[in-house]
Amino acid sequence: MEIYLEFESPIKELRQQIEKLRESEKKNGVDVHTAIEDLERAVVEKTNEIYSNLTPWQRVLVSRHPERPYTLQYIETMTDGTWVEQHGDRTVKDDKAMVGGFGSIDGRSVMFIGQQKGANTKMRSYRNFGMANPEGYRKALRLMKLAEKFNKPIVTLIDTPGAFPGLEAEERGQGEAIARNLFEMMRLKVPVICIIIGEGASGGALGIGIGDRVLMLENTWYSVISPESCSTILWRNTDHKIEAAAALKLTADDMLANKLVDGIIREPLGGAHNNPNSAALHLKEAIISALNELEKLGVEERTQQRIEKFCAMGVVQQ
Amino acid sequence: MSWFTRKNKGITTQNQEKKEIPEGLWYQCPECKHVVTSEQHAEHDWVCEACEYHEKIGSLQYFSIFFDEHEWIEVAEHMKSADPLTFTDTKNYKDRIKTTIAKTGLKDALRVGFGKIEHENAVVACMDFAFIGGSMGSVVGEKFAMGVDKAIEAHCPFICISKSGGARMMEAGFSLMQMAKTSAKLTQLAAAGLPYISILTDPTTGGVTASFAMLGDLNIAEPKALIGFAGPRVVKETIKKDLPAGFQSSEFVLEHGFLDYIVKRTEMKKRLALTLSHLK
Ligand SMILES: [Zn+2]
Repeated sequence: MEIYLEFESPIKELRQQIEKLRESEKKNGVDVHTAIEDLERAVVEKTNEIYSNLTPWQRVLVSRHPERPYTLQYIETMTDGTWVEQHGDRTVKDDKAMVGGFGSIDGRSVMFIGQQKGANTKMRSYRNFGMANPEGYRKALRLMKLAEKFNKPIVTLIDTPGAFPGLEAEERGQGEAIARNLFEMMRLKVPVICIIIGEGASGGALGIGIGDRVLMLENTWYSVISPESCSTILWRNTDHKIEAAAALKLTADDMLANKLVDGIIREPLGGAHNNPNSAALHLKEAIISALNELEKLGVEERTQQRIEKFCAMGVVQQ
Repeated sequence: MSWFTRKNKGITTQNQEKKEIPEGLWYQCPECKHVVTSEQHAEHDWVCEACEYHEKIGSLQYFSIFFDEHEWIEVAEHMKSADPLTFTDTKNYKDRIKTTIAKTGLKDALRVGFGKIEHENAVVACMDFAFIGGSMGSVVGEKFAMGVDKAIEAHCPFICISKSGGARMMEAGFSLMQMAKTSAKLTQLAAAGLPYISILTDPTTGGVTASFAMLGDLNIAEPKALIGFAGPRVVKETIKKDLPAGFQSSEFVLEHGFLDYIVKRTEMKKRLALTLSHLK
């Protein structure tokens, strides 16, 4: 870990102390291993303390941590060399912000689909910052239909700051593409599991987010708008993003409490970026356990439950 | 429109509505400055006779245009927004709702009516932009759902007139999931083999466009309406260029293949009835 968020600075300081001790050990030959052990324990405790008390805004920051694993990294780790990536929507082009293809997990072939962000400046632009165009949503739907045809379950990994609001996106029907996915995903005959692994922003996230199980990694957010945009619209400037993050109730705990998602997947100590392999393992276990439950249901029963679950969302006064 | 205060309780006729317009009120078209009496303007379905500018109108006006004899039963007329997230920005959401109800006389941003269009049963849902920008919260989703249920029960078409700025931010996650909920209900309508007609009016953007407004068996629009997913300001900021003339207009959306046809409001009912007759 090299990049620290502001609220992680106590962890950074402890790690720096450890480094200094190691250097002095090399230079002076002094035995410092007990001191290092103490400091390493302190790192764990501090990390635990900080990560047990994250504010909603801090969770948003963790969800966007530049070292956080992205979709392809999770898929590759979970499928262990069996992943076959597919491209294209068969109509316009291949959207680099949306990836998909089959891979094996626990002896099953699974269709994995997800938004993909880039890890460096060049790749961020190549992946359009994880903001899909209509062809991305249509590529996703094409692959879902393929999975349905061969009776394979679908797992979507959601990580997007939103659907791309560009000129061509409007020309090619961004609204229709997302709407079509919502409608079609409701009726897919195979199990569908959707997992928010980073940012779950609005319709762009929901466009691959209709599933029998919708799960959130612990340090992610899911809402109708980003805290920054919410602040801009409701407070007329971006100064209120921290308040907006709290008001939107966008954390995994809040979303679960409001029954808008079905479960939370715990992240390793200090967040997924601290131990991507362990995070991928948690993800894999959650997927297998959900698949085991969902495969017990008949097609009719499963789609019925899926539709009824979404129909029950909302709170009104009669 | 203060003269438009008729409360609909069960079946209520609306025959006198047009005569209730006080004399001496005038309407000036904001586009071409053509002046007519408010009565003439209403007779012409709130469309300018000179330049065909379509004034933004609300659900009661649309119902008066669509339903035979202006008769219809309102579905879930008393339903109001709750405040599931106790949301506060510069104002708290509860107060915002209260003030908006008082100011507009509307309960929320969607009204649902069941009546007849050219002698055939139909459920019409219609959004009201006057209510927090026609934003979609739990009430919009739930009323839409009840409208679909009513259509399935009466075995008749479901029509939705959209006019919305998008999500109801103060309901955050609940608002987002109304996109899923309305789409889920439309799968049930489709399974029952019943027509769903989406009518897009000025403006239809955001989460409404990205859910039920684009899912019609037919998507039809009034002329020159703004229709899009991202609002024009956001698109402009993204591309850092001026937008081409007519971008995101009904005509643009038709040209790009996402509408079945555009029809003037004054001819909408006839065209709609004709369309529905082919889907029986
Ligand atoms: Zn005019």
